[in-house]
Amino acid sequence: MKRILLATGALALSLAPLHAQNFDDPEEFAKQKEQLAATPEGPEGQPWLQHIGGEMVETADLGLSAPATVCFSNAGVNNPWRVVGYTNMTEEVKNHESIGNFIHVDAEGSDDKQIADIDDLLAGGECDVMIVSPNTTAALTPAVERACEAMPVIVFDRGVNTQCPVTFIHPVGGYGFGIQGAEFIASKLEQGDNVLMLRILPGVDVLETRYSAGRRILDEAGMNIVGAEFTDGDNAKTKSIVEDYLMRGDIDAVWMDAGATAVAAIEAFEDSGYDIPVFVGEDQQDFLRKWQDEGLTAIAPTYPTYQWRTAIIAAAKVIEGEAVPGPEWVLPQPAITQENLDQYVNPAMPPLHYAMCGCEEMENYPQAWGGN
Amino acid sequence: MSDSTARPRAARRRLPRVNPVWLLLAALILAIVFMNPGFVEPTGYMNFLKRAAPLAILAAGQVYVIVSGGFDLSVGSLITLVVVGSSMLTNNDPSATVWVIPLMLALGLGVGAVNGAIVCFLRVPSLIATLGMMITLNGLAFLWSGGAPRGYLPDTFRFFGRELIKDVPLVRFIPVSVIVLVVVVGLLTWLMHRTNLGRQVHAIGDNPVAARLAGVAVNRVRITAFMLSGLSGALAGILLGGFAGVSTDVGTGYELQAITAAVLGGAQLLGGRGSVPAAVGGALALTAIFTLLNFLGLPQPVRQVVQGLILIAAVALAMHRREETGT
Repeated sequence: MKRILLATGALALSLAPLHAQNFDDPEEFAKQKEQLAATPEGPEGQPWLQHIGGEMVETADLGLSAPATVCFSNAGVNNPWRVVGYTNMTEEVKNHESIGNFIHVDAEGSDDKQIADIDDLLAGGECDVMIVSPNTTAALTPAVERACEAMPVIVFDRGVNTQCPVTFIHPVGGYGFGIQGAEFIASKLEQGDNVLMLRILPGVDVLETRYSAGRRILDEAGMNIVGAEFTDGDNAKTKSIVEDYLMRGDIDAVWMDAGATAVAAIEAFEDSGYDIPVFVGEDQQDFLRKWQDEGLTAIAPTYPTYQWRTAIIAAAKVIEGEAVPGPEWVLPQPAITQENLDQYVNPAMPPLHYAMCGCEEMENYPQAWGGN
Repeated sequence: MSDSTARPRAARRRLPRVNPVWLLLAALILAIVFMNPGFVEPTGYMNFLKRAAPLAILAAGQVYVIVSGGFDLSVGSLITLVVVGSSMLTNNDPSATVWVIPLMLALGLGVGAVNGAIVCFLRVPSLIATLGMMITLNGLAFLWSGGAPRGYLPDTFRFFGRELIKDVPLVRFIPVSVIVLVVVVGLLTWLMHRTNLGRQVHAIGDNPVAARLAGVAVNRVRITAFMLSGLSGALAGILLGGFAGVSTDVGTGYELQAITAAVLGGAQLLGGRGSVPAAVGGALALTAIFTLLNFLGLPQPVRQVVQGLILIAAVALAMHRREETGT
C-alpha cells in the first residue's frame, strides 16, 4: 500500500513539469496589481463603460450600417456566472436600435462544437459583427482568425492568441482577483496564522492565476497555509473538507478561488461549533447575505458579469462607427467590502446571482435575472 | 487436480467467512485513526457517518436493482432534481416542507416505476433506459432552475441532513441523517433478506425464466426494485440538500458511486447475488477512502490515481475471496 502510494506520487511528480504552464508570471502579477489601483476612464458609476488604459481603436472604416446583425458564439451557459452574464447580454441588446438581429449559438462547453458553430455562422452569411466568448484560448484561435477575415470580431472573458479582433474585453484578471482576497487576509491576521485555501479544480488558467497570486501574497505575509484543497465546486465536498481540517486544528482564515461554495464552507464552521474566521468569497448573493446576517469579517473579489453588457455595447459602437477602447478593453474589477456591502445585498435575488452585474438599473431587473 | 479441490476447504478453515468489504472498511478506518486520532471522538466518526449517509442509502437501494439483474443510472440526476425541485417548491416557506418531502419521495417512487415499466414493457435494457432517464431528469432540473439555483432550502427541510440531536448519552450527539440512515437501511435489509420480495428479487436476477416458471411475477418484482432505488435516490437528495444546500450539480457521479459501493459489497453485476448491509459497507468504505486521502494531504491527481487503484484492488480482492471461500 505504502509502496503504491510512493510510486504513484513519484510518477505524478515526474510528469507534472511536462505540463506546467506559467500561471505564476511576476510581470503579469505586477501589471494587474497596478491596474487594480488605477483610476479608470469613462462615466463614473457605470464600470461596464469604463476602461483602464487609454488606447482607442477607430471603427468608422469598417463600413457597417445600422441596423446590423450581431452573432454571438458562446462557450456555454453551463454555470450560474454565465447564466447571469448571458441575461445581462440579452437585456443589453434591447437598448441598441443599431442591432437589428441578435443570433446566439451555445457551444455547451465544447471546443469542437464552438469551432463548428463559428464556421456555421460564417457560412450562413447573416452576420455583420461577431462576438466570441472562447471556451479555451488555444483551440479557438484559428476559428477566430477565420472570422476576422470576414467581419469585425469582438472577444470577451477568455482571450485568444491573435491580435485580429477589434477589441478583447476583460476585467483586470485572475491575478487581480487573488491579490484582493489575499491582501485582505494579510491585513486582518498576524504572522503565522493558519489559512486554508480552497480551489475548484486544477489546470484552468483563470483559476490558477487567482491561486498563484493569492499564495504569493499569503506566503510573503508569513501566513501558515495549512492546505490548498480542490472542492470540484461541490457544496457537500467543500463542507466535508473544511470539517476534516477543523478536526485537525484551528483555521484563522479561508481563501477561496471562487465563491459558489463559500456558504457551505461557512456552515462547516457553524455546524462544528466554531466561530467563523476571516473569509474570502465572491459576489454571489448567498455569500453576501450570510456575510451581512452573521457580521463576518470578509471580502468579495469579483469577476464582474457586466463584461457581457460591454461586449454588446462594443458591437453597437462598431456598427455605428464609433471608436472603442482597444485592442484590449480592460474593465475595472471592484471588490465588495464591508463599506459597500449594503449596496449589493438583495434578498430578492436568487442565491447564486452575481451581484456585480451592473444590471440593477436595467428595465427588466430583477425578474429577468430570476428575482422577485 | 486434487490440490486445487483441496485448497478451498483449507482456505475456508483458515479464513473466517466474513465479507471482505468489512475487512477493507476496518483497514481504512484504522488508517484514518492512525492519521488522525481525533476520529475516535464522536465528532470524528459521527461526521463521517453523516457524510456517508446519502451514498449508503443510495447503495442500499441500488443493490435491489443490481440483484434483480439491472442497473439504475438515473439516481444521480434524480438527486439533483429533488434538490432543485425542493428549493423551487418550498420557496423559502418553512411550512412547505411538510408537503414537499412526501412529494419528493413520491417523485422518487414514480421515476423508479417509469424506469421499471420501460425495462419490463418496452424491453429496453436497463442500462439504456436509466441512462435516458438520467439525461431527461438532468434536462428537467436545468429547465426548472434555468441553470442556476433559484431559491434556498428552509431550515425545516435541511433538518434531516444538517441538524444534530444533542445531549445523547455515550456519543454526545447524533446527526439526524444517521438516524435516517439506520432506519432506512434497517427496513431495506429486512425487506431484502427476510421477506418473500427479497427472495424473488434474487430469483429473477439469477434466472428470470426459472423464476417465472416458478410463479414469480417477474415484472412486478422488477418494477418494485426500481421503485425502491428511486425512493433511495429521493432520500439521498433530501439528505444531501440538507447537508450542503442547493446546487445544480449536486447529484453528479452518485449513480456510479452507488454501483461501485454495491459491487465492493460483493453484489454481482447482472444479478442474482448481493446484500444490503454489505452494499452499505461498500459505501462506508468508499467514503473512508475519500476521507483518508483527504487526511493524507496528497495532491489531487495523485489522489485520483490512488483512489482508482484502491477500488480495482478492492473489487479484485472481493472476487478472489469469493472464489476461495466459495461463497
